[in-house]
Amino acid sequence: MKGRDVFYQGNEAVAEAALYAGCRFFAGYPITPSTEVAEFLSRRLPMIGGSFIQMEDEISAMAAVIGASLVGKKSLTATSGPGYSLKMENIGFACMTEVPCVVVNVMRGGPSTGLPTGPSQADVMQARWGTHGDHPAVALAPSSVQEIFTETVRAFNLSERLRTPVSLLTDEIIGHMREKITIPEEGELEIWDRPRPEVPPEDYRPYDTSKGIIPPMADFGMGYRWHVTGLNHDQTGFPTNKPELVQPEEERLLAKITSNLSFIEKYEDVRREGARVGMISYGSSARSCKSALSEALSEGIPVDFLRPVTLWPFPERAAREMADRVDVIIVPEMNLGQMILEVERCAGGRAEVVGVNRADGDPITPAQILQRIREVA
Amino acid sequence: MAFDYARYIRPGKLPHIWCPGCAHGIVMKAILRAIDRAGLDKDRTVVVSGIGCASRMPGYVDFNTLHTTHGRALGFATGVKMADPGLSVLVVAGDGDALAIGGNHFIHACRRNIDITLVVFNNSIYGMTGGQFSPATPHGMLASTTPYGNPDYAFDVVQLAMGAGATFVSRSTAYHVLPLEKQIAEGIGHKGFAVIDALCTCPTTFGRRNKLGSGAEMLLWFKDHTIGLKASENLPPEKREGKILTGVFRKEVKPEYCEEYGKIIEKVRPARGGRE
Repeated sequence: MKGRDVFYQGNEAVAEAALYAGCRFFAGYPITPSTEVAEFLSRRLPMIGGSFIQMEDEISAMAAVIGASLVGKKSLTATSGPGYSLKMENIGFACMTEVPCVVVNVMRGGPSTGLPTGPSQADVMQARWGTHGDHPAVALAPSSVQEIFTETVRAFNLSERLRTPVSLLTDEIIGHMREKITIPEEGELEIWDRPRPEVPPEDYRPYDTSKGIIPPMADFGMGYRWHVTGLNHDQTGFPTNKPELVQPEEERLLAKITSNLSFIEKYEDVRREGARVGMISYGSSARSCKSALSEALSEGIPVDFLRPVTLWPFPERAAREMADRVDVIIVPEMNLGQMILEVERCAGGRAEVVGVNRADGDPITPAQILQRIREVA
Repeated sequence: MAFDYARYIRPGKLPHIWCPGCAHGIVMKAILRAIDRAGLDKDRTVVVSGIGCASRMPGYVDFNTLHTTHGRALGFATGVKMADPGLSVLVVAGDGDALAIGGNHFIHACRRNIDITLVVFNNSIYGMTGGQFSPATPHGMLASTTPYGNPDYAFDVVQLAMGAGATFVSRSTAYHVLPLEKQIAEGIGHKGFAVIDALCTCPTTFGRRNKLGSGAEMLLWFKDHTIGLKASENLPPEKREGKILTGVFRKEVKPEYCEEYGKIIEKVRPARGGRE
């Protein structure tokens, strides 16, 4: 990759990548271990004519992000577990009204205040099911500072193209760890913008799906004068409780994801000759896995490895294929067993699924994983 | 010439959901007349609300409209305004929406002095959910969740807004339609955060339970129980006893938030052609 080399921590990489992706609005509330994202953007956004605001709480920060996006600005907020919980109602609002926005969750231990300065991966299910009601969910889980950069850009791209909130799940380890990364030159990474209406205002219907499942979105203030509501609405955007209008719209929200897996899914899929053991892990835990896997290989135990970068939607086909190839799948994650539920569902009994779990604020070590490999191999 | 409400009402969206005798329609009309008086451009005006009876208003009116989550309208509106300070932003909220679940956002919007006009449709009750007491329900009154009388005390919207630093603060009632319209127009024209406490009536869930009479009788109560701020200055204390003061309580010139942020941008933005 061509570009400028910097020595960044993960949180700085999020902020730099957001600017690269075209983010021009940030609203947030201080919370460990995500605060560096806000600090970086409070410095940089006004330099390029963007806006930064520290709101009175997590809830209003999420609200402001959605408001700014409705005016056409790509918008970001960053938080951690407790703040992510507080944002959930408004994340659901963005799902329902189809307003693009990106939410970074630098995961820390929980429940409640938990371990503010320790890492975890315990918000995986919250990222899928945190807000009430049926709703689409997209969440990305990078493993390195460089990948935080590219995945932040992709989070904006997916959010814009799908018109839905996207969560970027990092954790305290990669959020605060410094690595040398390359900031790509302008134009090197593709940047997507939300579809905007081509029809005149008088013909605009905000949730018109005649041209495709993702309707064009008009910016507030440009003459389209549309209505946005968190109530179930029909294609005109106004509330309805007619079952025959509500059901198709509810289904469409989910279909936006399921019909676009080709560009949403992303994973690393390493297959080794003769492997009877598989491993599925993500984020910073995947780093420990890689170290353990090469050690196991040198001991003569080949292990297949699947690393979802897009965590939601879960890469079901790749996980099912692994279950068909191996006898045992090991799922290391820094929680007491969340993504493993998806793996079990995909394996459907065709492979045994075992976890390596840790929720004490320390990372899972390669030695722990290696020991598990030896046990099952 | 009669006022052309049709210019501001979305075709086919009436009738509204409000009950017979509810004063919200009066406040909505005052807002539309005030917007007209202030000369706002419909395309450049955003009306934001939270949840509740009053919060249904944006669906009826022909602007960029945003019906959000309970209590959070000011947060959404803050994002809208900062993203494009050239937009005129109004927020409509009931007393429960603005002062209970949205109370924190209310005081911080006042403190921040962002150029948003907030009209509180203050009917002293949670109407949408069937008449539970709100932070504006007077002490002792009956509500569906205060069956033995309200042990709680009410917020005074005007005092709260002034204490929190709002730079335009006024109060009127649904009886005093012309002063109400004038205050809202003045609030819109004011550069900074404007709070208009619009006292109105909920005969269905508040009046009936407290035997306050019909909607019309409740409006007349406002006539008999309010005194204009200026008139009150010349009255002896006993004549002010038990009366609600109306009028413009504060109109202060103070730097506005987006303008202040704009100054920061001007200061740190590199000269044209410079490196970011």
